[in-house]
Amino acid sequence: MNIPSPLIPASLQARDINFLFQIVLIISAIILLVVAGLVLYSAVRFRRRPGDPVPTQDFGNTKLEITWTVIPLLIVTVMFFLSVRTMHAVDPPPLNRPPDIQVVAHQWWWEFSYPESGVITANELHIPIDKNLLFSVTSADVVHDFWVPQLARKIDAIPARKNFAWIAADQPGLYLGTCAEYCGVEHAWMRIRVVAQTPEEFSQWQKKQLAIPAKPTEPLAVKGYNVFMSRPCSSCHRIAGTPADKDIGPDLTHIGSRQTLAAGVFDNSPGNLEAWIADPQKFKPGCHMPDLQLEPAELTALTAYLEELQ
Amino acid sequence: MNQMSQAQAVPRSIRTIPEYRGLLSWVSSVDHKQIGIMYLLGALLFLLLGLVEATLIRIQLAVPENTFLSPDSYSQIFTMHGTTMIFLVGMPLMLGLSVYFVPLMIGARDMAFPRLNAFGFWIFLFGGFLLYFSFMSGSAPLAGWFAYAPLNEKAYLFNSGQDYWVIALLLTGAGSIATAINVIVTVFTLRAPGMNFRRLPLFVWMTTINSFLILFALPALNTALVMLFADRQLDALFFVSAKGGSALLWQHYFWFFGHPEVYILILPVFGIISEVIPVFARKPIYGYGFLAGSTVAIAFLSFAVWAHHMFATGLGFPVYYVFAGASMLIAVPTGIKIFNWIATMWGGSIRFTTSMLFATAFLIQFTIGGLSGVAFAAVPIDWQLTDSYFVVAHFHYVLLGGMLFGIISGIYYWYPKMTGHFLSEKLGRAHFWLMIIGFNGTFFVMHLMGLFGMPRRVFTYPADIPYLAPMNMLSSCSAAVLMLSLLIFFANLIVSLYRGEQASDNPWEGWTLEWATSSPPPPHNFDKVPYIRNRRPLWDQLHPDLPEARLEAEHEAGGASR
Ligand code: HEM
Ligand SMILES: [Cu+2]
Repeated sequence: MNIPSPLIPASLQARDINFLFQIVLIISAIILLVVAGLVLYSAVRFRRRPGDPVPTQDFGNTKLEITWTVIPLLIVTVMFFLSVRTMHAVDPPPLNRPPDIQVVAHQWWWEFSYPESGVITANELHIPIDKNLLFSVTSADVVHDFWVPQLARKIDAIPARKNFAWIAADQPGLYLGTCAEYCGVEHAWMRIRVVAQTPEEFSQWQKKQLAIPAKPTEPLAVKGYNVFMSRPCSSCHRIAGTPADKDIGPDLTHIGSRQTLAAGVFDNSPGNLEAWIADPQKFKPGCHMPDLQLEPAELTALTAYLEELQ
Repeated sequence: MNQMSQAQAVPRSIRTIPEYRGLLSWVSSVDHKQIGIMYLLGALLFLLLGLVEATLIRIQLAVPENTFLSPDSYSQIFTMHGTTMIFLVGMPLMLGLSVYFVPLMIGARDMAFPRLNAFGFWIFLFGGFLLYFSFMSGSAPLAGWFAYAPLNEKAYLFNSGQDYWVIALLLTGAGSIATAINVIVTVFTLRAPGMNFRRLPLFVWMTTINSFLILFALPALNTALVMLFADRQLDALFFVSAKGGSALLWQHYFWFFGHPEVYILILPVFGIISEVIPVFARKPIYGYGFLAGSTVAIAFLSFAVWAHHMFATGLGFPVYYVFAGASMLIAVPTGIKIFNWIATMWGGSIRFTTSMLFATAFLIQFTIGGLSGVAFAAVPIDWQLTDSYFVVAHFHYVLLGGMLFGIISGIYYWYPKMTGHFLSEKLGRAHFWLMIIGFNGTFFVMHLMGLFGMPRRVFTYPADIPYLAPMNMLSSCSAAVLMLSLLIFFANLIVSLYRGEQASDNPWEGWTLEWATSSPPPPHNFDKVPYIRNRRPLWDQLHPDLPEARLEAEHEAGGASR
């Protein structure tokens, strides 16, 4: 069960934030109990009964009022220092270290790249566990926000501006996230999956991602390859080792290895893939992939080809 | 009591005042009472529209991966919902009550500038209609109520909905500024003899401070709107970062206006609560000086907290320190008011009219909204929860559970004064209890949705994330109860105008000046304004054996605060 909740932290920093949240929650609960208790008590105790005399006309009491000003002041002072402490723990400055991961947000998908290895992928981020990784975030169009609650703070992706933050996971597993800043009509389907792996698994994954897919040989896949290169597909997408090298849409070099399609709209299965290519606007209305008017035969061939891109 | 002046035979009703007969008398009016009522009616009309939009939102979200609304319609609807509720409901409700009651409470004949007053109302109404006209232009705006750049630019939203949004907000904004100036001048120049600033009713205090807030905050919005319009229509590049502008600049402008704006919406409500609770508890407000003074503190601080809406934008630690500190600080003058109100109830003899019920609920619900607000000032918590459903819960506790509950309290309190009829208490109680259940049922779970990872402004959510579906279903069902309660409210407003029990001049035994004239007040407000010797000008009439002067003297002698 994957619950993308900051209450179920899976990294040191998410735990730090959760700890602060618990403290604030407890303080708030106490204050609320006191206030609600006083209100309800006075509502019951001092309700008017027939024949009540005019109550004592009490205009105020400076000492009391100063007391109930100073106490909240002390509480927020404590909260302020706790916040500062947590801020520094969660978000240490990057100190000119190059980022391990570069995140570029697009309407409505994510581009992830690893500058050191050169891996480029989309919507599904793989990280090795037990390592604090620095990532940079920017946007290719409007403001978005990278939010994987169990692993990291959220951070805005703003065009022409680079933000930095840290991400880590201390258990292998799948962690869900999403775009958290409204970025246009398909904001809901801009989901993130983070796959945290043991270092061995991660380097295997990385090796596979770096491999250039073999040229298709099976006839249907060959036909699919030709469709891809001759139809508008290649004017937006990249597949390593082929002439298709655009980055307007997600990199498809290893599309077959990903868990979902269209940033979370559906699971990655041959049927879904074909349905998606046939009519993206049906499943993600407003998205920037047009309806390509392909023949059914072309669709089948394309699907066969893309499924091979593991 | 003091109702000798009321003519025995003719029951007074706003429907029978000769000067208020016929549509023309309203459309051409410069009477602050008519304008105030028209403001309120306009706001209620837009409230109805905003509620329809909220209903559509909740239907769409009731089940995961619903296809009731298209993503495009959903975006238009939540944008219109937010924009409507803030600019066409919150603002005019508060301005309407201000222009109706400020002159009456200070014993004036009218506002200082009656024609400007009419201008303020009509320009608001025109702006509101223009915003809704955008539906007919092909598309309503869909960038959200704070319309972040560069999504609000032509490159991303090319249809004219966003332009309607700009113009509509410019117009209503101009109207708000005009009315703010009017309130300030009225309060500074037209107070009854003897009413110095230490004797001003707290509602007037709050609306006055509020008017200064409007005066300083709205120009920031208007500036940004003009810049955006230049970007969209004249290819200027203020907010186009790809070409050297700055997307973040919009956020600074918007929130420099936007944060004071939320105080603009709530301060007059603080004023209402400070009028309602004392009258129904039959005690003076506890700590008048503290209440007024802390409001001044809020006004200043509210200009130093805007970047707490931008903690996730990567502004850097020094900025976070300042704005986190100021945001926590502003919670103090806001929070202590709750204690002043409780202390006013304490030891009183409280009459639970519907108005008082709403004021009581306000105290608790506003506290919940305030506490989640403080949590957001703790920067790392904001880093998790901003732009999630936790925020939606937070601001509905402030705006609906706080602002709207407070305004409704004020409407039950003042409706007899405005119309000459009581609102039905029976319907009022049904309205109250259903609204309590509906409101808390709809919005309390939204805290949890946020904590379970649901971002705001999504037209749907994945079916396979545990718990989101049942929580959303609960919220949607409760929203139906909430809508029902508000329909009862609307019905009450209409039915009571015709059938409502006749109200006397001072039905609640209030002690501010608006109760010194007839219900409804005559067009000229007062036959004679008494000389004001203290904060409760009508107290002595009601309690000749306990004169205010003596109470005050005893209190001063006791050395306590005033
Ligand atoms: C009666 C019931 C109401 C319901 C059921 C309701 C429901 C909602 C929901 C579910 C959202 C989030 C939409 C989204 O993020 O996709 C929302 C947004 C909002 N609501 Fe309400 N609401 C109600 C009344 C109000 C009132 C009275 C106010 C203010 C006076 C208000 C102000 C707002 C604002 C400012 C937004 C943000 C819009 C945006 O994101 O641009 N709402 N409402
Ligand atoms: Cu996004």
